[in-house]
Amino acid sequence: MSKVKTVADLKKMKSKLQAKVELREKGDSPEGRVVIKVGMATSGIASGAKEVMAFLIEELDKRNIDAVVMQTGDMGYCFAEPTIEVKRPGEEPVVFGYVDKAKADEIIEKYIKFGELVEGILPDNYQTID
Amino acid sequence: MQILVCAGTGCQASLSEELLSQLNSEIEANELENDVQAIRTGCFGFCEQGPIIKIMPDNTFYTQVKPQDATEVIQEHIIKGRRVERLLFTDPETKEKIADSRKMGFYKKQMRIALRNCGFIDPDNIDDAIAKDAYEALGKVVTEMSPEEAIETLKKSGLRGRGGGGFSTGLKWEYAFKNRADQKYVVCNADEGDPGAFMDRSILEGDPHTVLEAMAICGYCIGADKGLIYIRAEYPLAIERLKTAIVQAREYGLLGKSIFGTDFSFDIELKYGAGAFVCGEETALIHSMEGERGEPTVKPPFPAESGFMGRPTNVNNVETFASIPPIYLKGADWFAKIGTNRSTGTKVFALAGKVNNVGLVEVPMGITLRDVIFEIGGGIKNGKKFKAIQTGGPSGGCLTEEHLDTPIEFDTLLAVGSMMGSGGMIVLDEDDCMVEVSKYFLDFTVEESCGKCSPCRIGNKRLHELLEHICKGNAEESDLDRLRNMSTVIKESSLCGLGQTSPNPVLSTLDNFMNEYLAHVIDKKCPAGACKELMNYVISETNCVGCTACARVCPVNAISGERKEPHFIDISVCIKCGACMDKCKFDAISIQ
Repeated sequence: MSKVKTVADLKKMKSKLQAKVELREKGDSPEGRVVIKVGMATSGIASGAKEVMAFLIEELDKRNIDAVVMQTGDMGYCFAEPTIEVKRPGEEPVVFGYVDKAKADEIIEKYIKFGELVEGILPDNYQTID
Repeated sequence: MQILVCAGTGCQASLSEELLSQLNSEIEANELENDVQAIRTGCFGFCEQGPIIKIMPDNTFYTQVKPQDATEVIQEHIIKGRRVERLLFTDPETKEKIADSRKMGFYKKQMRIALRNCGFIDPDNIDDAIAKDAYEALGKVVTEMSPEEAIETLKKSGLRGRGGGGFSTGLKWEYAFKNRADQKYVVCNADEGDPGAFMDRSILEGDPHTVLEAMAICGYCIGADKGLIYIRAEYPLAIERLKTAIVQAREYGLLGKSIFGTDFSFDIELKYGAGAFVCGEETALIHSMEGERGEPTVKPPFPAESGFMGRPTNVNNVETFASIPPIYLKGADWFAKIGTNRSTGTKVFALAGKVNNVGLVEVPMGITLRDVIFEIGGGIKNGKKFKAIQTGGPSGGCLTEEHLDTPIEFDTLLAVGSMMGSGGMIVLDEDDCMVEVSKYFLDFTVEESCGKCSPCRIGNKRLHELLEHICKGNAEESDLDRLRNMSTVIKESSLCGLGQTSPNPVLSTLDNFMNEYLAHVIDKKCPAGACKELMNYVISETNCVGCTACARVCPVNAISGERKEPHFIDISVCIKCGACMDKCKFDAISIQ
């Protein structure tokens, strides 16, 4: 990656990266792919987020689901760790709490495959600034 | 279609479970199982209006829904597609009915500025951060603004230090800017030490680039080309993510020489602390970084005059830095409008203790403690009664029910005997003994006192001993005066912030919970039933059926009695473990 020499460089880079983030969400298929973010801060990891992330990566691959699984920081719901956010193509993201392997399996089978919501949803309760 | 039914504790208390089963039977009765699904969801943070249901995909938000409303919801909304007007929330200001939950931002009491990217971006990937505006504020400041202008913006925003002191960040930068020197330093204080506080750790783990960016902005403003992050070695994950972030920022030329093609250069290095509470005090922190003992020194000279290696140094905490980039992108006025006049912006709290939704919350300044505990926090665990909230960690105080409507601001919290501190908030319920709570915090300060000045080193130890006597029932009423006097002396004569604030938990509990102290010293009783030495387990002769379950579970054989006859506890043998009380099915054992 070349160095950022001007503010214009940064802005150009930003729009390219935003497109890249979008592409990551779309994948190769025209209808797009599922994007899963796993809360991997200390509190998440301590409650088993690493195992859940590994499980998701492996199982989605095994079950032939076009998805990308990435790590992120603390979502703030420490009472319900591990937490994951699932975004189905073209839909609003949904955050699930208390996700162990069994819950992750249920989420894959019901929500990711068929859009059927399962228990453990954490409604977002904050305003963002943009 | 889906019906989300809030199953938060608040809504469950107002019959959301019954509502759910009513909805389900309506769904069945109308043979809608294949098209409509009613499920439980987590707390919406709007408990006062519960039970809440939200219908997807049209985002209709119904409040105060009773079990008997289920039929109407299914018949009208689900089957006929007509909204049930009377269940919609009425905006208290405009008196308009609001249907779409996406237009109900106002009920969302949290606002995320410092945590804006936490939980959204991959912290190990600078590209993710840049796609979310990282380093844009830095670019703007170094290419479009003079240091004076940039400092002026910060002053105008009203931002005050989030580490505890609440000093104006802009003024702090200005002092460091005005002191001339061949070398200056920017220091990030990541020595988060309050028990139960983890705001800074979460920011560093979730969005390390925002801290690097703000440090560089500070470097430009005060004229420093070197930044140091003082972080405790107990935060290995935060350290790893910071290291990765620094390497990536250097690769992109966002740290290093001639940033954004200007002649401004800035680089950042990590310094590790061994995890001492006193090193959160800026002079002690600087000494620790210099390789000296982590002990504070008298201010002045302030670090802005003579800090790291005797050079002007600006120290800010992690959350303060994380709040800065949006100020430059969105303007000082935008920031100053959030919160209150004297405390602008938002504050992150680590909500812990006997509250349902423990976790990180970021709220605009001026919100009440009641909103934080009962709306965002979802109320007290297990339906217990709220007793107190401890804010500000070991330097803060315990506030009671009468303070619940106090707005959270630097000055109002000080006025009622507590403080903002770095953002720990511990909720206490009826089972917590306030004497024991203040002893707990003093345990911590005694352990963490650096020992340099005698009021803190010896005074806190004596204070702790007195509290121990009180908890054991060995104190007199006159000891309470000694407790207060000694606290005042420690506060007034200690060298640094640690000692000057360590008696606060004692003083605030003396002020707000004198009855509890009196019960301990006069009646030798602990009203909360938490001080072991002051309580005895007693078996009620009328309730005991002589099942022998308690006698069998007692680890020290303190319980005796014939089968089918009332049993008896020998208090000289009893170790007060409580196993018998847990085991008894007849409520025959109580604490007296």
